[in-house]
Amino acid sequence: MSSHFFGNSVKLENVYISSTGTTCGPLEFAGPLGSYFDKGYDDYHCGEKSFEKAERKMLRDSLDICLKREKLKSKDIDLFIGGDLMNQNTTVHYLARELPQPFVGIYGACSSFCLSMAIGSLMIEGGFVDQVVAMVSSHNATAERQYRYPVEYGVQKKATTTFTATGAISTLLTNKPSSVKVEALTLGKVVDYAQDDPNDMGRAMAPAAYDTIVTHFQDLKRSFKDYDLVVTGDLSTYGHKILKEMMQRNKMDVVRYNDCGCLLYDINQQEVFQGGSGCACSGLVTMGYLYPLLKEKKYKRVLVVATGALLSPMMSAQKDTIPCVAHAISLEVVE
Amino acid sequence: MNYIMAFLFSGFVCFLAQMIYDNSKLTPGHITSLFVVCGSFLDLFHVYDQLVKIFHAGALIPITSFGHSLMHGAMAATKEYGIFGIAMGMFDLTAAGISAAILFSFLVAIIFKPKS
Amino acid sequence: MDRKEYDQLAEELKPNGHRVKNGLNAFLYGGVMGAIAQGVLEFFMSIYHCNEKEATPMMIITLVLVACLLTGLGIYDNIAKHAGAGTFIPITGFANSMSSSALDCKSEGLILGIGSNMFKLGGTVITYGIVSSALLGVIRYVFTLFW
Repeated sequence: MSSHFFGNSVKLENVYISSTGTTCGPLEFAGPLGSYFDKGYDDYHCGEKSFEKAERKMLRDSLDICLKREKLKSKDIDLFIGGDLMNQNTTVHYLARELPQPFVGIYGACSSFCLSMAIGSLMIEGGFVDQVVAMVSSHNATAERQYRYPVEYGVQKKATTTFTATGAISTLLTNKPSSVKVEALTLGKVVDYAQDDPNDMGRAMAPAAYDTIVTHFQDLKRSFKDYDLVVTGDLSTYGHKILKEMMQRNKMDVVRYNDCGCLLYDINQQEVFQGGSGCACSGLVTMGYLYPLLKEKKYKRVLVVATGALLSPMMSAQKDTIPCVAHAISLEVVE
Repeated sequence: MNYIMAFLFSGFVCFLAQMIYDNSKLTPGHITSLFVVCGSFLDLFHVYDQLVKIFHAGALIPITSFGHSLMHGAMAATKEYGIFGIAMGMFDLTAAGISAAILFSFLVAIIFKPKS
Repeated sequence: MDRKEYDQLAEELKPNGHRVKNGLNAFLYGGVMGAIAQGVLEFFMSIYHCNEKEATPMMIITLVLVACLLTGLGIYDNIAKHAGAGTFIPITGFANSMSSSALDCKSEGLILGIGSNMFKLGGTVITYGIVSSALLGVIRYVFTLFW
């Protein structure tokens, strides 16, 4: 094994983020970070006939924006990696038909964002490819349809529910130096703390995030103080509170820690219950909001821990518990 | 007076359901099914008929009355057809509601678009 | 931290929701629904000069129609957000469950979408209504034979 490896973590030397494209839905666009995103849509249909096609359109637009920034064509990319929340990774796979290069479909539920970035980074670090596009998407209505109820069904959401973010993110990773690099990553293991409430993702996922953060810090001998900001993917207000309390009870000094689900929306004004979730949640906040701040050198080093609840509605109905996972990537400004 | 009675009973049934919903992990599907079974059980001793007499529409509008009507139709038909009446008369009283729901749902699905 | 400890911690921090407000809302919305139903019922009784029993199906059809329309217009789920059980317990909730399922699967076509998914949520009510009525009906029928 190469000297880059430290337990479950890897330190990377030549993986850079050179471009990104972010598209989002109406609620995200009206939220506090709305002005940071490249493109927002007024409605959930995005001019398409079904919600699934709308999600695909959002993803295609984000890919176009991402490539256009670097004046690239899709055939210049060596490999595409993508994931979303749907069965059979519907959105990314159906979009991949239009791509002239190899495609890797991954599933990590809401952690897909960090997982796709991590796999892409490892490919580049290993010298197998030069340029990789990592893309993820999620759509509130498609996720509601698959995991919960029909969108027009009148049901009162439980207080612990999170709101699936609508958006798509494409990120171009290269081995050519640019202002922000992927400096380290940690792949998480699947954790199950016997939580079985599909309406309470924050509570189910917090232990997975805890596990990954602790592993990351131990492997690389770091602490919260080494980062300007640590964000978890979509634990939302409730999960964020639990995780913070967990870490404090284990005598960790928790500073500068936040959650993407709380950043993406105005929790008090917008109707999002505990906060945002979904692949797009961590993706939009990281690539839309934190990446520009890193480029402006307002932050030096940021740790993104995207959490995913790998739940299947079928297994939930069979009274099984929810397996969860979290993957971390550390982004750093290049001096 | 009828309006107040209807208000009170319908409100009370909904309040009960809300208490179950808030204090358990049961979904609306579970709760409505439970209430339908309760409705047909209450009809077993003609209790529900009394409720309808007192509360009028208040007792007719909650989903419990669906169970009651199914049972009621079935029992009425047994007088004429014996045991077969249970299947034959089951939908006698609820046919209107179900047919209307199917028809209007179909039309709505054809005309409208989900908004989210 | 083991699972037991974790559950304890999570319970401590659990957001409370608004149980009292939800209960009150359900009572109010459900009650108003009952009063409206009473109004419709009396309206049909007066124009058709019929008794309550005959006017009941008319009242139910009217409410089902209104619920389906509100679902199509995207209003019903916004009311239900506040009303909770106040909208899923009345017969309108049954109409909403059917029309929302049908509307939701519109994109999959007439047969595989609307046709086969209409009863996705509402079917359970019909199933258990019939099963329980049949069981209890048989019991009562047997009793009436001997008494």
